[in-house]
Amino acid sequence: MEFKDYYKLLEVDRTATADDIKTAYRKLARKYHPDVSKEPQAEARFKEVGEAYEVLQDPEKRTAYDQLGNRWRAGQEFTPPPDWAAGFEFTPGGASAAEATDYSDFFSTLFGNFSRHSASTRAHGEDHHAKIFIALEDAFHGGTQTITLRAPQVNAQGQVVLQERSLHVQIPKGIREGQHIRLTKQGAPGVNGMPAGDLYLEVCFHPHPLYQIQGRDLSLSLPLAPWEAALGATIKAPTPTGVVEVKIPPGSQSGRKLRLKGRGIPGEPAGDLYLALEVVLPAAETEQAQQIYHTMARELAFNPRHSLGV
Amino acid sequence: MDMENEILTGSVVGDEGVLALEELARACGTEAEWIVELVAVGVLAPQGRETPDWRFRAADLTCARRVARLQRDFGATIEAAAVMIDLLHQIDQLRARLRQAGLDVD
Repeated sequence: MEFKDYYKLLEVDRTATADDIKTAYRKLARKYHPDVSKEPQAEARFKEVGEAYEVLQDPEKRTAYDQLGNRWRAGQEFTPPPDWAAGFEFTPGGASAAEATDYSDFFSTLFGNFSRHSASTRAHGEDHHAKIFIALEDAFHGGTQTITLRAPQVNAQGQVVLQERSLHVQIPKGIREGQHIRLTKQGAPGVNGMPAGDLYLEVCFHPHPLYQIQGRDLSLSLPLAPWEAALGATIKAPTPTGVVEVKIPPGSQSGRKLRLKGRGIPGEPAGDLYLALEVVLPAAETEQAQQIYHTMARELAFNPRHSLGV
Repeated sequence: MDMENEILTGSVVGDEGVLALEELARACGTEAEWIVELVAVGVLAPQGRETPDWRFRAADLTCARRVARLQRDFGATIEAAAVMIDLLHQIDQLRARLRQAGLDVD
C-alpha cells in the first residue's frame, strides 16, 4: 500500500491552520469536482483531496496522522507501525458505507471502521452505482463482460469492510454511452429480510481507434486519393459490421460528409455512420510523380486561394 | 448454479422513461420529495403527466445524481445546482460543436 502525503495533496504546509486547510480544500474541490472539471484525472484527484481533507480537518485524525511523522514520502510502500493509533479512539460517523469505496487502502487501513450510517434505518438495501467500460463492438454484437467491484459489506462484528466481487454482465446489443444497465438486487443487502438494492452500471465506451461515437451515430475519417475525390469512384470503407463499397460523388472535397444510414449503433432506429472525406496527396518522391504534379500545375490553372483574393 | 459463473442480465435505462419516482429517489439515495422539487424547477422532465405516472430516463438519472453531488460537495441550493447543470450542459454542447468543427478542445 502506498503512503499518502495528505499535506502535499492539499498543497499546504504541515503547520497549516484549520482555516488554511479548509480554504485549500474548497479551492481544490472546485478545481477537481468531477461534475465541473475538465482536468485530467479529475475524479481521482477529487477523491484524494476529499480524503486528505477528511483526515486533516479532524483534530483526532490529524494528530494521529502527524504521529507517523516525516518518515514517509508520498508513493512509498507503507505498512502501519505496530503502535499505530494506540490511545486514539476515532469518533465514528465520518464515512458512510456507501462512500467507503471512495477511499484509498491507505485511508481504510488507518481510519477504517466505517460506520453503518443510516442504512440500518432503511428497510430496503441501498442502490449502488458503477461505471462499466465496453468496446464499441459489444454494442453491435452484444456480449458479456466481467467487472470487479469493491463493495462495502457488513462483517460478523457489524463493521463495514470493503470486499471485492466479480460479476459477469450481459451487455445488451444496441447499448449506448450514458445509458445504464440495471441489475436488480445486486446493490446493498436489505435489512431484516427486505430486498437488496439494485446495481446501476453506467455505460462508457473505450475510445475506438477508427470511429468517433456521438450517441447512436458514428463518424469515420475516410482518406481519398485526389483523383477519387475529383472524378468520383467506388471505394471500400470499413464499418463495424464489415467492409462496404461506397460511391464517392465526383467533385468531392475534404470535409464533405457522406451518411451511411443505419450503419451506426443498432436499434430502433439504428444510428448512422458518417464518413468525413479527407483528400490525401501522394508523395512527390519519384521523378515520375513530380512530372505529374508539374503537368497539373501547368495545365490546370488552379488557384486554391481564389476566395482569399490573392 | 455456480454464482461465480452466472451471467447477469439487466434491464436498460435508456431514452425511454422506465424509472418511477420512488425508483429514481432510491437510485439517488434521496427522498421522493427531493425528486419532485427537481421536476418543479425543471431540471428533470419525466414522461407522464401525473406524479404516479412519471417515468424517468437515463439522462434524468445521470442529472439527478449530478445535482445530488453538487449539493453535497458545494452546499448548493437546488436553484444554484440547476444553474450549474444548465451551464455545464451548454459547455457540453459547445464542446461537441467544436469537435464537429474539427477543433480539439481538451
